[in-house]
Amino acid sequence: MSQGFTSQTARNIFYGGTMFFVLVFAALIFNSETKIPARSKAQEITPAVVRGKHLWESRNCIGCHTLMGEGAYFAPELGNVYERRGPDFIKGWIKAMPTHAPGRRQMPQFNFSEQQLDDLVEFLRWTNGIDDEKWPPNIEG
Amino acid sequence: MKIPTLKYQSQAVAKLYFVAALCLFTGQILFGLTLGLQYVIGDLFFPAIPFNIARMVHTNLLIIWLLFGFMGAAYFMVPEESETELWSPLFAKILFWVFLAAAVATILGYLLVPYASLAKWTGNDFLATMGREFLEQPLPTKLGIVVVCLGFLFNLTMTVLKGRKTAISLVLMMGLWGLAIMFLFSFVNPDNLVRDKMYWWFVVHLWVEGTWELIMASLLAFVLIKTTGVDREVIDKWMYMIVAFALISGILGTGHHFYFIGLPGYWHWVGGVFSALEPIPFFMMTLFAFNMVQRRRREHPNQAAVLWAVGTSVIGFLGAGVWGFIHTLSSVNYYTHGSQVTAAHGHLAFYGAYVLVVLAIISYAMPLIRGREANPMRAQRAEMWSFWIMSIGMAVMVLALSGAGILQVWLQRMPTSGAMGFMATQDQLSFFYWVRIAGGVMFLTGLITYLSSFFIGPAADEQEVAAIPGSRLQRA
Repeated sequence: MSQGFTSQTARNIFYGGTMFFVLVFAALIFNSETKIPARSKAQEITPAVVRGKHLWESRNCIGCHTLMGEGAYFAPELGNVYERRGPDFIKGWIKAMPTHAPGRRQMPQFNFSEQQLDDLVEFLRWTNGIDDEKWPPNIEG
Repeated sequence: MKIPTLKYQSQAVAKLYFVAALCLFTGQILFGLTLGLQYVIGDLFFPAIPFNIARMVHTNLLIIWLLFGFMGAAYFMVPEESETELWSPLFAKILFWVFLAAAVATILGYLLVPYASLAKWTGNDFLATMGREFLEQPLPTKLGIVVVCLGFLFNLTMTVLKGRKTAISLVLMMGLWGLAIMFLFSFVNPDNLVRDKMYWWFVVHLWVEGTWELIMASLLAFVLIKTTGVDREVIDKWMYMIVAFALISGILGTGHHFYFIGLPGYWHWVGGVFSALEPIPFFMMTLFAFNMVQRRRREHPNQAAVLWAVGTSVIGFLGAGVWGFIHTLSSVNYYTHGSQVTAAHGHLAFYGAYVLVVLAIISYAMPLIRGREANPMRAQRAEMWSFWIMSIGMAVMVLALSGAGILQVWLQRMPTSGAMGFMATQDQLSFFYWVRIAGGVMFLTGLITYLSSFFIGPAADEQEVAAIPGSRLQRA
């Protein structure tokens, strides 16, 4: 760093650069907001989907599973599970837990009602339909 | 009782924060080992401690203890930088106990109460914020964090305002204010999952790849100024360039999380280009640390602190910079997204950048708070050993997880037809998972060595580098 390059210059680069990129970021976020309804098929977010999301959150599913690749890496990806397994399998699986197979990873029993299972499936069905740039690469997630 | 090695007596409140940070750190590692074991012994501790609960405790403890570390660091640094006593040491102590009580209650809540009941009892139906990765805290805890942060920032801002304003304290304060402000997005949880995820990253990414980097750079600058005696003008210039590059690359770099969660395709380009620049500030930190140590104008008696500082710059660059870069381009991330490659990067980045920088400031500050210029040589030697044991343990873990991730991508993600299922793939990775556990045990051994260094006294023939009144005057 040469003689003329003082800490004031560096400070100005910091302030100016930060300000500029905060504005660019904000503009891109505003633009993304306008694209989200179409990409996520927002008109299909029914009360059941919202209830399903609430169940997803209040049971901390993300603590083991990933959803669109985000979460814990202990259990399968569920962003496309609707397509991979279908609604009946999903409900049957949740009801059958835990397997108690010795040494195998266990999923808790959540004692959901039929209505709650349907809501959860609705949430996973809607999630499956989000345009996420063709991720995951194949059906296995 | 006056502590002769402290310029300002109120700096001593940092001790509470550092002790709590290290206790919670130990808890974090114990739960980390539990998780590692559950990867290979799936039903371990089930149903008492299911994986998701242990993971929540592991990650939340990490966040909380780093926050305790940052707060302690700020309480120690700001009075010295501002050349004035802390605005209110009592307030700092009260907030400490409030924060600790909230943290302990939250962790116990996770462990003792079913998560759904916890959500119900704490008003999650009223304002749903729980059950999202790293932001699992019940509503009262989140509100508590906001209150504690505001009190903490008020106390420090008042201190800075009444005293000298240095570049280090300004950058530190900007980082801490940014941390608090971005946390407010944890209360934003739209019904639309895509929007939920987008704003979730405002907290997570803009913390660890934004505001926290400001905190890290200022902590590093402070330790380097104190231990090398290099001119402030030089240090300030480096620090400003580092944080400038951190935010110039990091803000738009948020886009590397927006590839596959339902956001528009242009994020592939924005995220790719800018996050490819994100290693630059970390590389600059490495150059910075080595340069300053080379140009040092004195030999500081606390060589352990110098090792932690140099260590954080190098391992931070490897973890956040190199391991981040490996999978940051969307064409690579398409295959590695949500795989063990991410886990490898997460561990090394957090350890290198944030764990080590907090240990660096603790290593520098704690001896002074305990009334000595530096720890006895034997204690420092234990500390330096612990750095190497922890770092090599972490390296073993990260290499194992990277291997697991590559194999996982190969078996589960790459094949266009006949790809292996998730659980079948996991069975194939068990060798790597066992190696990871070995690395974890080594890390715990390093941590125990580190903690023991606090209790090691001087050798019989060693004169303690103790409270020589006035010796602080030689300090920069």
